[in-house]
Amino acid sequence: MQKISRDILVEKAISMLENGDVCSVLGWRKGEFDYDITPAVFTDKDDIKNNFVWNDFCGANFSKYLVQKTRKAEGKILVFLKPCDTYSFNQLLTEHRFDREKVYAIGIPCEGMVDINKIKEITGDGISSIDCGDKITVNTIYGDKFDIDATNVLSERCINCKSKKHVAYDELIGDEGEVLESNRFDEVTKLEQMTPDERFAFWQNELSKCIRCNACRDICPACTCEKCVFDNPKSGVENKAAANSFEEKMFHIIRAFHVAGRCTDCGECSRVCPQHIPLHLLNRKFIKDIDGFYGEYQAGDEVGSRAPLVNYTTEDIEAADIFEGRDN
Amino acid sequence: MQRIGVFVCWCGSNIAGTVDVEAVSEALKREPGVVFSTNYQYMCSQAGQDIIKDAIKEHRLTGIVVCSCSPRMHEATFRKTAAAAGLNPYMVEIANIREQCSWVHKEMPIGTEKAIILGKAAVAKVNLNTPLTPGESPVTKRALVIGGGIAGIQTALDIADAGFEVDIVEKKPTIGGKMAQLDKTFPTLDCAACILTPKMVDVAQHEKIRIFSYSEVSEVKGFVGNFDVTIKKNARYVKEDLCTGCGLCTEKCPMKKCANEFNLGMDTRRAIYIPFAQAVPKVATIDPDNCNMLKNGKCGVCAKVCTAGAIDYTQKDEYIEEKYGAIVVATGFNPISMDKFDEFAYNQSKDVITSLEFERLTNAAGPTAGKLLRPSDGKHPETIVFVQCVGSRCDACAEKGKEYCSKICCMYTAKHAMLTRDKYPDTDVYVFYIDVRTPGKNFDEFYRRAVEEYGVHYIKGMVGKVSPEGDKLIVQASDLLADKQLKIEADLVVLAAAIEPDKSARSLATMLTASMDTNDFFTEAHPKLRPVESPTAGVFLSGACQGPKDIPETVSQAGAAAAKVIGLLAKDKLVGNPCVAHSNEMMCNGCSSCERVCPYGAITYEAKEFRMPDRTTLVRRIAVVNPAVCQGCGCCTVVCPSGAMDLKGFANEQIMAEVDAICK
Repeated sequence: MQKISRDILVEKAISMLENGDVCSVLGWRKGEFDYDITPAVFTDKDDIKNNFVWNDFCGANFSKYLVQKTRKAEGKILVFLKPCDTYSFNQLLTEHRFDREKVYAIGIPCEGMVDINKIKEITGDGISSIDCGDKITVNTIYGDKFDIDATNVLSERCINCKSKKHVAYDELIGDEGEVLESNRFDEVTKLEQMTPDERFAFWQNELSKCIRCNACRDICPACTCEKCVFDNPKSGVENKAAANSFEEKMFHIIRAFHVAGRCTDCGECSRVCPQHIPLHLLNRKFIKDIDGFYGEYQAGDEVGSRAPLVNYTTEDIEAADIFEGRDN
Repeated sequence: MQRIGVFVCWCGSNIAGTVDVEAVSEALKREPGVVFSTNYQYMCSQAGQDIIKDAIKEHRLTGIVVCSCSPRMHEATFRKTAAAAGLNPYMVEIANIREQCSWVHKEMPIGTEKAIILGKAAVAKVNLNTPLTPGESPVTKRALVIGGGIAGIQTALDIADAGFEVDIVEKKPTIGGKMAQLDKTFPTLDCAACILTPKMVDVAQHEKIRIFSYSEVSEVKGFVGNFDVTIKKNARYVKEDLCTGCGLCTEKCPMKKCANEFNLGMDTRRAIYIPFAQAVPKVATIDPDNCNMLKNGKCGVCAKVCTAGAIDYTQKDEYIEEKYGAIVVATGFNPISMDKFDEFAYNQSKDVITSLEFERLTNAAGPTAGKLLRPSDGKHPETIVFVQCVGSRCDACAEKGKEYCSKICCMYTAKHAMLTRDKYPDTDVYVFYIDVRTPGKNFDEFYRRAVEEYGVHYIKGMVGKVSPEGDKLIVQASDLLADKQLKIEADLVVLAAAIEPDKSARSLATMLTASMDTNDFFTEAHPKLRPVESPTAGVFLSGACQGPKDIPETVSQAGAAAAKVIGLLAKDKLVGNPCVAHSNEMMCNGCSSCERVCPYGAITYEAKEFRMPDRTTLVRRIAVVNPAVCQGCGCCTVVCPSGAMDLKGFANEQIMAEVDAICK
């Protein structure tokens, strides 16, 4: 379903490696299964030829990898960025987290990535192979074959895609997209309409599934601290199993506060959560509130923008106004 | 491990009345690190301080906790005590068991329990305290006075006379403020202009004073001793250095129908104008809303007639950056709008006026050249009704007016009534009042003269309604003492409108991080003991910006503010606050969040080389705090995503320890 073919990207990557323009390539590689496509650093052209993947499962956002990779790289790194990845890319630049000079960014259009869980709802377990063509063809170990329309199994974040526009790149393959009108805050509105008790029960239920694997933190492009507070014994909230239901909520709420105003809503947290907790809703609540209180703000829209939470203007809403419901 | 001493103060019965001090000192004895604990009647007394000093020496204390009043009262006292006994003053913590405990609780068991908890929190914090040494910062020996009314003028003159440079920023084209609009001043009845204008001239001629008229403060950065201020000099389209103030342009300008704000719109001026004859600086100003040349590019008469060549239609707003050691706020007051007081028909009849308008009507330089004539038909009014407390002391009508007493109205109304009767004995003058408040030297005598010698009819009661009927105003009111309703046919009604802080005060307070009360008056650092200082160091208050004041009070407060400024500017160095931020370079991401929120510009970044475990070097961007500039506000510590930024003396760890101690 992706409009740009894998071959174009492979050809580009190999030619840049061969010309010495870049010393490595950040791309996608097949994992254990056809559907678990993982991020990879390629330095060998044969490796790229054989193992580079670009299909409907390439959800991973590479921006965060640049923080560590650029530190060690001798030359430039080629990175392929989908539109939503470019927002994270800019946000990290705003925070001076990597050296822009060491990166060659190619923007590639994206038609949306699929959610394997939605496919499994159709096919059941036991997927043996997946082929992404016009349709997604799934074979199972039981001999069943399914042809699925990718648009029916798009991940939630892609259904509510906020932008097909690349806000950062050195070179663009394909057409320039546009910022979209999305319904991404509808779910948040539903949560807001709940009574406090209902909302508490909702989050209690969701967050009690958490196994503190830290995948959400590890994947999050806003979480690039040299030393994470959850790894710091002095912080008092260091990495450990939740002792009670209060603590399991606190991890996610503290994390949401940490990335508030910096989260670009890339949706990686929910994608990687093995327990399928809709973590992006916490972040979207912050984004919606910030938009409401201070005017629309998209983190990563431009490098160096001042997020409303770390900015001050005399027109800023007073806390009392919010408390007394005068924030409309 | 620290060796901590705990000293519980009785504060006479202030604390001991609701807190079992013996139980508190006993309980805190068992806290980790505590090696000595005692209580005494007055810890701040010499004898109390000696107990602390002796205990520090005898028990080799490394930290102390004083359970007493608010640290705002005596933290400095006990720090000095500790220092005198050889202990670092920042190893002292105060547990506030008076304002936050004994004064808010009535029952001994509750008060005692809370005092113990507060003491435990302080002990937990001292356990993590480290000795700190303050740095020093220089003082810019120049003061900024914001507002050029009598308050600003007096403050500026007093500071300048002490030998320091002063700049006055005034948003109007001239200094002088409200006092310049007044006719006579109570209780001596000397003419306002006669006593004000010499001071205005003094200001203009003083070699240490600069006046930025038609200007506003647009940005304030920095801190006490080192403020960086941006002044926006609005384009007046006249070159100040060339204009001689001859006034020819103001006579020739064809735009004659511009409302004259100096006379509160009761007459007109030209589009180019000098507000009044004694204006300082005596420089013309073009009103861009009314000038044809500026609006349509057609006219240019003023430029043609100006022999000095001072007119400049292309002038732009100018931004001036200047450094100051101290800032005085003297933004003054305005009468409130009468729009919400329909019952007095202010917007329906020209003959219902405010007291400030009355001042202009009786002023020789006013629209009627000092003759008391009705604005509607220019006739002499035979019956005048003065209404007091219009919008003041509004308990029930807080959305319309103000809850406070505007303080000056009783006296100026007595003055107006007296002067009217003196000049026009044929006039009937009524004053409706709630109370007559005359606390001030010779004030009550003045009011009594109005009643007894001048025969002004003072009636206790409020006016319910003023309705225009023909060329009369029917005033319906109640006479509370006679217990009857009155109906008076008046020719002129004068409303003593409440006064409120100038509208510019709120945004200025935000720039200065100075606090305000709910009425937008600036708050003082202490209502009794520090009345002219704001809680923000280096920001001082002069005149009605702090609360309603008459002229004598304003002038004395202005002088007091000047004395405080002089005391500050006389110092060569200020001892800083050692509780400054610092960044843990191992944890710092170099993300610039702290730099963005720092109000003082204290944070910069540097590329630092780190040796990595695999023997390679890594260059990372890290934040560096300049301790001389940091004021310890803590914004950076809150915004830091990794917790690398911390505040000395108020480390996250210390605050968490306090919280833990309280929650245990």
